[in-house]
Amino acid sequence: MDAILLQILNGLDKGSAYALIALGLTLIFGTLGVVNFAHGALFMIGAFCAVTLSRIFSMSYTVIDETQTDFLGNPLKVDVPYIYDIFGQAAGEAIIDWSVPLSILFAIPVMILIGVIMERGLIKHFYKRPHADQILVTFGLAIVLQEIIKYFYGANPIPTPAPAAFAGSFDFGALVGFDPQTIIYPYWRLVYFGFAALIIGAVFAFLQFTTFGMVVRAGMADRETVGLLGINIDKRFTIMFGIAAAVAGLAGVMYTPINSPNYHMGMDFLVLSFVVVVVGGMGSLPGAVLAGFLLGILESFASMAIVLETLPGLNQIIIYLVAIIILLTRPRGLMGRKGVMEE
Amino acid sequence: MLGLTKKDFSLLMLVVALTMLAPFILNPFPEGSAMAQFNAGYPDLMQRFVIFGIFAIGFNILFGLTGYLSFGHAAFLGVGSYAAIWMMKLLTTNIIPAMVLAVIIAGLFSLIVGYISLRRSGIYFSILTLAFAQMSFAMAYSVLTPLTGGETGLQLRNTDARILESAPDGGGISRANLFGLEMTSSYELTLGAWEFTFNVGYYIAAIVMLLAFYLSIRIFRSPFGMMLRAIKSNNTRMNYTGLNAKPYTLAAFVISGMYAGLAGGLMVAMDTQVGPERMFWTASGEVVLMTILGGAGTLIGPVLGAGMIKYMENIISKINETILHQWFAFMPDGIEDLMVTMVYPFIGKGWHLTLGLIFMGVVIFLPGGLVEGGQRIARLFGKGKAADAKDTQSTPAE
Repeated sequence: MDAILLQILNGLDKGSAYALIALGLTLIFGTLGVVNFAHGALFMIGAFCAVTLSRIFSMSYTVIDETQTDFLGNPLKVDVPYIYDIFGQAAGEAIIDWSVPLSILFAIPVMILIGVIMERGLIKHFYKRPHADQILVTFGLAIVLQEIIKYFYGANPIPTPAPAAFAGSFDFGALVGFDPQTIIYPYWRLVYFGFAALIIGAVFAFLQFTTFGMVVRAGMADRETVGLLGINIDKRFTIMFGIAAAVAGLAGVMYTPINSPNYHMGMDFLVLSFVVVVVGGMGSLPGAVLAGFLLGILESFASMAIVLETLPGLNQIIIYLVAIIILLTRPRGLMGRKGVMEE
Repeated sequence: MLGLTKKDFSLLMLVVALTMLAPFILNPFPEGSAMAQFNAGYPDLMQRFVIFGIFAIGFNILFGLTGYLSFGHAAFLGVGSYAAIWMMKLLTTNIIPAMVLAVIIAGLFSLIVGYISLRRSGIYFSILTLAFAQMSFAMAYSVLTPLTGGETGLQLRNTDARILESAPDGGGISRANLFGLEMTSSYELTLGAWEFTFNVGYYIAAIVMLLAFYLSIRIFRSPFGMMLRAIKSNNTRMNYTGLNAKPYTLAAFVISGMYAGLAGGLMVAMDTQVGPERMFWTASGEVVLMTILGGAGTLIGPVLGAGMIKYMENIISKINETILHQWFAFMPDGIEDLMVTMVYPFIGKGWHLTLGLIFMGVVIFLPGGLVEGGQRIARLFGKGKAADAKDTQSTPAE
């Protein structure tokens, strides 16, 4: 029982990342009808927003501290971040410590901007072109974005720690009545899950309860009619592209403490996220979220020792296996709508 | 001639001439000159040109004719490679049985994958093939380690027990051969400052590529090829006319899988080793890039694309900052540094950036790839070429 609970928990954080990326992919697909292979790159750029902000915070100048000496007796050189001068030492340390959560504020405008530029500058010209062309041009864009990041940040992963307050692990087992230390779970993963749930809830609430969201949903259902009613649906869809980019970016920002960002992390997630979208059903938002969590949890179950003893290597292929089975038995995915992407 | 129209025959002859004279054409700069690093006439790279050419020609039979975009073609290449290396390990280092087995195994594997994947089309087909390829990669990497050597892969060794050969003395890596002709042996020709290398492996691979190319011309011009094109332009109408399109697409899929297997087998014949990264999805992406870059649906396009990408990968990635400084040395110092800083991100390790930009440019402005670009230029200088171009013109794929 405790093993099962542990695997469910382990699956949640990966599932959250899949769900967030798949949600963004589906938003873009559902609104604009574009298959965006550069979405993984947006996730990666989000992660590098966190890296950038933490670098900005830690920018420092060197002072010679006369009171301290190194082992040779020379005065010690101390790096003092500029931020200490602005906010004082205590507040400055706290800001550096909390740079990852603070990056959320930084990443939202950046990602929306990147999303809007991408849509207006490139994707716009591809609405009328076949899906294969959309896949190819966004695939090319993903390579370009990835290489730009590599040029500026290098090819090595850049560790970006979570705030010290979340550094430890949480003894989940003790809480629900198992032996202590059987189910321990890092705090940050819990935060990540909560954050993902919050973002997903916010996106759904935005679409469900605002006028803007209503128009967007109407546009998803029948773009032409909404346009004929005199609503500028293109502008709203562009904003939705920005929001989808922001969702992917935020998923990336918060993922940095779990997995140090490197330039190809986006591609690694993208392939899986596409599988998630297809399993969930092309164009179905709840389907994407459901499939994301489902596949994340399945993946962690498949990596249990007992399972691996009987079916070695299952954890490597489970997601693809599930995708193949789903696609062949339920062609529209778990919750796909009729008439989406069917020739 | 050879069952080809006059135009196709001259195209084939052009390719024959280009591949046979490649050691000269690719080595236009004298040894030791500043431009010598642009020489691509060394055996390793020339072999790669033709092998990836075969891979892309095969991919083009599927994507260019039927419009089905497979994102998992590298799996067949990998399977072919593994089959070939086992044949060489267990039977003989002669490459012929190895290549035959590579083609057969890759064909069987693509029959299974194609049978399942072709039940869907469009993006679903792409995702299904991608899923299969990633599964094969993951399995070759982990579970199937006894068969695939896992992460390290497999290598031909002198200690391998071969049925048809007695093992030569000592360990070391053995080389593949064709009835005693070693793949690595080459003849060096020095003409003044120029050096040309004629490599056995290259010529064998080139002859195989020419056969593959000839076959692809025949497929393109056959009723079967016509049927595949009909599927691409309007599958629904094909169904309404009472025709079951699936056997045709499956046949195209298997043929292109066999081409990939052949390329995989040749790769093993040349470097006598194989690793699972050959099946990773980026490798599948690469062949897509080659085909699109050259021109999907055209005869010569994939070969051009493969050549261009492999050339960039090997030549542009070798240029470093010092060489750039040499190039711009004639400029004043300030401008020299500025030029170097501006160009530097696009070369050396940054060649992927150049590749991505070129690829995006091609997809946006030239959906027909380099071939369409060539046709446009030809039309610009129009000498009655317009009618000529219409025939080979490509249509954007779906």
